[in-house]
Order: sequence, then structure tokens, then C-alpha cells
Amino acid sequence: MPIARAAKRAVVRLGAVTLAGALLAACGGSSDDSSSDSAGGKVTITVDLFGSFGYKEAGLYAEYEKLHPGVTIKQTDTEDEADYWKSLQTRLAGGAGLADVQGIEVGRIASVAQQQADRFEDLKKYGADSLKDQFAPAKWAAATGRGGEVLGLGTDVGPEAMCYRTDLFEQAGLPTDREELAKKWATWDGYLDLGKQYKAKAPAKSAWLDSVGSLYSIMIGQEKERYYDASGKLIWEQNPALRSAWDHAVQAADAGLSAKLDQWSPQWNQAFSAGSFATIPCPAWMLGYIKGQAGEAGKGKWDVAELPGGAGNWGGSYLAVPKAAKHKKEAYELIKWLTAPEQQTTLFQKQGNFPSATGAIEKVADAKDPFFSNAPIGKIFGEAAKEAPVQVLGVHDQNIAQQITNALSEVERKGTAPEKAWSNAKKGVENTIG
Amino acid sequence: MTLTAPETPAGPRQARPKPAAPPRRPGPARRTWQKVSPYAYVAPFFTLFAAFGLFPLIYTAFVSLYRVELQTPGDMEWRGLGNYTALFGDEYFWTSLRNTFTIGVLSTVPQLVMALGLAHLLNYRMRGRTFLRTAVLLPYATSVAAATLVFAQLFGRDFGLINYALGLVGVDPVDWQNGTVASQIAVSTVVVWRWTGYNALIYLAGMQSIPNELYEAAAMDGASRWRQFFHVTLPGLRPTILFTVIVSTIGATQLFGEPLLLEGSISGGISHQYQTLGLYMYEQGWGFFHLGRAAAIAWVMFLLIVVLVGVNALIARRRSRKEAGR
Repeated sequence: MPIARAAKRAVVRLGAVTLAGALLAACGGSSDDSSSDSAGGKVTITVDLFGSFGYKEAGLYAEYEKLHPGVTIKQTDTEDEADYWKSLQTRLAGGAGLADVQGIEVGRIASVAQQQADRFEDLKKYGADSLKDQFAPAKWAAATGRGGEVLGLGTDVGPEAMCYRTDLFEQAGLPTDREELAKKWATWDGYLDLGKQYKAKAPAKSAWLDSVGSLYSIMIGQEKERYYDASGKLIWEQNPALRSAWDHAVQAADAGLSAKLDQWSPQWNQAFSAGSFATIPCPAWMLGYIKGQAGEAGKGKWDVAELPGGAGNWGGSYLAVPKAAKHKKEAYELIKWLTAPEQQTTLFQKQGNFPSATGAIEKVADAKDPFFSNAPIGKIFGEAAKEAPVQVLGVHDQNIAQQITNALSEVERKGTAPEKAWSNAKKGVENTIG
Repeated sequence: MTLTAPETPAGPRQARPKPAAPPRRPGPARRTWQKVSPYAYVAPFFTLFAAFGLFPLIYTAFVSLYRVELQTPGDMEWRGLGNYTALFGDEYFWTSLRNTFTIGVLSTVPQLVMALGLAHLLNYRMRGRTFLRTAVLLPYATSVAAATLVFAQLFGRDFGLINYALGLVGVDPVDWQNGTVASQIAVSTVVVWRWTGYNALIYLAGMQSIPNELYEAAAMDGASRWRQFFHVTLPGLRPTILFTVIVSTIGATQLFGEPLLLEGSISGGISHQYQTLGLYMYEQGWGFFHLGRAAAIAWVMFLLIVVLVGVNALIARRRSRKEAGR
């Protein structure tokens, strides 16, 4: 026993010493990172993104590294934007752990511009003003702070279309021609009717669409005013357009048209190759994601048609440089290059993210994608981008949208009464904003 | 967490090493050092505790009286007890309190019962005993994240192994994520899997401190193995069982990683069906960025645990007094 006790004492002492050492190290250790990796003209630029920006897949980082010897780009990526935003906010509040380049979703850009302008670099410092004419005016304006700061450069926009599986359509006896389909589902009611036809003859374990949440999201993307009006007042509860999108989603749930999957969940990912759904509302940036999940085996089985009910926009992003970044100048040079019309063009041709730079939009008008049965994606998305309404953005757009799609999932998966789900959504929104 | 085996009152008294005889006349510096040194030795612990235990506790109480948002932490707005009243008026707080309790029961009870049985088996003489004893601890050594992610795959609705197995025996697929009871069982399963072996080892240690003579006497009186377990093992294990109950209760009250990672949903499912208090706090603080409200929840949880541990201690004290009076 005395031996054990002596050993214990030694361990405790050792523990105390280690702890003290760790504390000292923690106090002095935070400053030497930057000096070590910029030594000898070598710079590592870190890029932190969400979802599918597609830069790496399109080979843009490799190209930039070749153009700028000594520069290495390291990318980290979170699939679900909600998770990404959470951790970004935590790191911004702590002022540490931030990458040199951070992606910002358009649903969050109002929060950045109105609440957090002091946490991101004003890119005017580096001459961003000269880039203004490259971008669609609305895209540029949304990332401008109250004092005129330029807080981010626009990457893509999210013109909407409908992606579908031609092989599954064929099996269910539906037409597969994209023009014919566009006529049949000119309205959302037409889309749901076609869904019911599909369901009657569908292959086993295959639903019409992935989730009613995505149906809601694509429909609300067709509206100019969604959650806030132009004066910044919350109007979502009274907004008839929102209610109409909600009602259609409820109808789809009632008719059993959905595969009941959570977007961005592992099960949803698996479903792309398993053929669990025949259609998925797709903003342009979804094309790259579909390709990634469906893989080579999916090539030629997918197609893109015009969206029911007119043009809309869902998502699109910005690249920003936080104040706490280590290599701000280099980061700016990188995002300037990545968002330039030439690179946006490449990105669309390879990945499908639709350009926000006006110069690039013209260049991609003829683009076709072999993966999607040679669909004229340049034309489909280009027209959608031209006709889509310029949306009113608000600080809590993304949070409110999340609560609503969550409530719709209750209707879809648990059979919750729509009115009860609506009141749950209201409670959720109050909780979020409150 | 420290693992102190309960001391047996009948254990042999240890001979303490005698301190060396003090020098006749210690110098004044030495005398002061002798007075001060104990404090110096305990100081590191208390410094660390003050910095990482006490200060956060008090600061959290302070923050809980304000409206503080993560995006604008500079603007603190006095709310008094507003965060607390809002909390008690929030339906989801009560839901998560209830979930914490039901998941706690669903995970703690099977876990401890299974651990007891497992310990009993491991106590037998058999081949590879040491290996088996080490092996039961393996789940405990796995990280929560890794274990939960694997279980989330197993519990998948469309492509999960468990639903596949159920399908083989003709059971319809269960929605392990969205069903209230089903999802709570799924979360509890991860907890049970991780902690059963750990508790079994503690029980095993307790069992080995029960004197063999008691078993021999019982055997002589004609008691079966089963009766020996009930009348010798269980009473002898009482202090150990109490310890594991307290530790599991605290663990269950703080349950967080498993429900968070089952679907990656900070709301604990679309209807908050498996949101625990810990997850509810996380949702308010790091999902919605309401730091003041999250601080209020943290304090409510803290008080809840203090009350639970107090009740446990009361029971323990009453029991030991009863035993002393025997």
C-alpha cells in the first residue's frame, strides 16, 4: 500500500507539473504559427467552406498554386451550412481558429452586413471597389455594410430548375423529354399531379421527390418577399406566397410523394445512387452535388428541366476574409481570382455553380452537361437567373427557413396535423429570434 | 471522474510511516515554510479550480441575468430573471426535461442490471478471464462520436442493418430517428453499449472485496448459486451500487454527445423527441446564439444535479446510520 501511495503521489505531482507546463505553453504559443508558414515566401492559405463550392473538384486551387509558386491552399468543408454557420459564429466570437477565407451563404449575408461588419475585412482596403462592375448589382449590394464596406465577393447564384431521373421516369411510363415535361409541370399543381401518376406505377422504394422541405425551399425561392419586407419588418406569417409554398408541401406529404429524407444527411446522400427519388428541385449548385453523390454510374440517367411555376433563386454564396485571418492580403488575391469571370465560367462548366459575374453569364450560355443527358444547362439556368426576382434579404432568413422546413418534416414523417406543425414552426421561430 | 473503491471497514489498518524527528531549533525561514508549504502544495488545484470551475460558474450566473447574443456580445441588456421565466414558459424546456428523464431511465436501468450480470459471470474462474475483463472495457475507451456515428448507421431507416435484420423476421422497418420511443431507445442503446462494461468492472471490484467465508457459509447452509447472489453478493455490493447509481444519474442528466450525433440535429429530432437538457442548452446557446438563455439553462441543470446528488446522499446517510445501529 505505501508503495502504491508513493506512486500515486508521484503521478499527482507529475500531473500538476504537466498542467502548469501546458498553461505556460498555451500562454506563449499562439503567435508563432504565422511566422513559420510564411517563411521563405511560402504561404498556406486556408479556405473554410460548406456544401459544394466545387473549387477543388474543378481544379481551380491547383491552377492558382501553379500561377503563384509558394502558395498552398488548404480547404476544409462542412456539408451542412447550418453546422458550418454555428462553428463560424463561435470562432468569430472567440476571434480565433478562423480560416483566411470563409464562405458565407446568401441567407446569412444580411447578418454579416448588418451585425458583423466589424469582424470581416473591408475589401475596399485592397482595391475591391474596382471589381464592382463585374457583378450583378444586387449581388454586390447585399454584401455591402452600412458604412459602405465591401465584406465579401460573390461566388455563384442559385437559379432554380428541376432535376429528374430519366430511367425511373421511363419505368413509370412518364415522358422523359425535358421540353414536354416543362409543359406538363408548368404549374406546381401540374408537378404534383405528375407525381401522383408516378407513384401509381413507380418502381419499388422510389418516391417522387426527396423531401417536402426541398419543395418548400425551391418554391419560396420564386418569391421576392419571403420572411421580411423591404423595410426589414418580419412578415413571414402573413405572407400569402409563403403559405402557398407551405400548402403545396403539405399536399405532397399527404399524397405520400416524398422519400422523407433530410437534405444533407448521410441517408439522403445514399439515396442518390439508390434511386430513392425521381425528381429533386435543383438550384444550379446542386448539379455538382448530384454528380458527386450519384457518381459515374449516374451519368446519363439524370436530366434537367425548367422549374414549375417560373424562375427563382435558391442560395448562392460569398467569399469573405475575417479580421482575424492570418494572410489577409493573400486571401484577398485568392478570392479575387476565384470570383473573376474566367474562373466562374470554368466552375460552371465543370461543376454547375452558376456565375454571379455578369461577364461569365454570357460566356456559359451554350453550356451543356453530358452527365445530365446533355441538357442545355447554360440556357436553362441563364434564363432562370435573368428572370428570378431580386430577393429581399433579412438577418434571420436562414433560421426561419430552417424552422419551417423542420415543421414540414413533422407533417411528412410523423403525420403531424399541418396546423399543429405551423404553430410549432412559429414557436421555433420565436425561439430562434427571441 | 475518480474511481475509488469503497473502503471496507474491516480492512487492515495501515502503518503510517513515522515522520522523521524534527530538528531541535528550526530557523525562522524554515518555520514559515513549514506553515506555508501545505498551502503552496494545494494551491495549483485551487488556482485551476478557481479559473476553470468557480469563475465560469459565477460568470454564467451573471450572464444568465442578461440578454446576450453571440453575434453582438458587447451589447448586454439587463433582463433580471427574465431568462428563467422565459425558460419555464417554454414548452421545449419541459419536453427536454422529460426526455432527459426517460432516456436516463431507459439507459441507466438496463445498463446497471446488465453490468451486474456481466460482473457476476466475470467473477467465475474461467479461461481467458483477464482478457475478457479487459475486453468489456473497450466500448468505454471508444469515443462518443465514433460510437454514435456507427450506431446511427446501424439505426438507419432505409439502409440500416437493424431494420434489415428486423425485416428478416417480418417486422416492418422502424423509424429510429423520428419515432419518439424508437429514437429514445436508439440513443439509450449507445449509452448502454458504452457504459455497461465500465460499470461491470466496478461491480467486479466490489464483488471481490466480499469475503469468501460468507459464500462458504451460505453454501454450507445449502443456498444455491442464485440465492447466494441475492443474499450475499447484492447486500455486499450495496455501497458500490449506490456509487454507480449516482455517477450514472449525473451522466444521464448531462447526456449530450449521443443525442447530438444521432442525426446531427441540435433540436434532438424534428419534434424535439430526443432532445435532452444538455442539447437544449446547446441549441439555445450555439444554435440560436442566445448566450443569456443558455446560461440560465446551465444553472437550472446545475441546481438539478445538486438536488439529485443531495437526495442520493440523504438516502445513503440514512442507510449507513441504519447499518451502524445494527
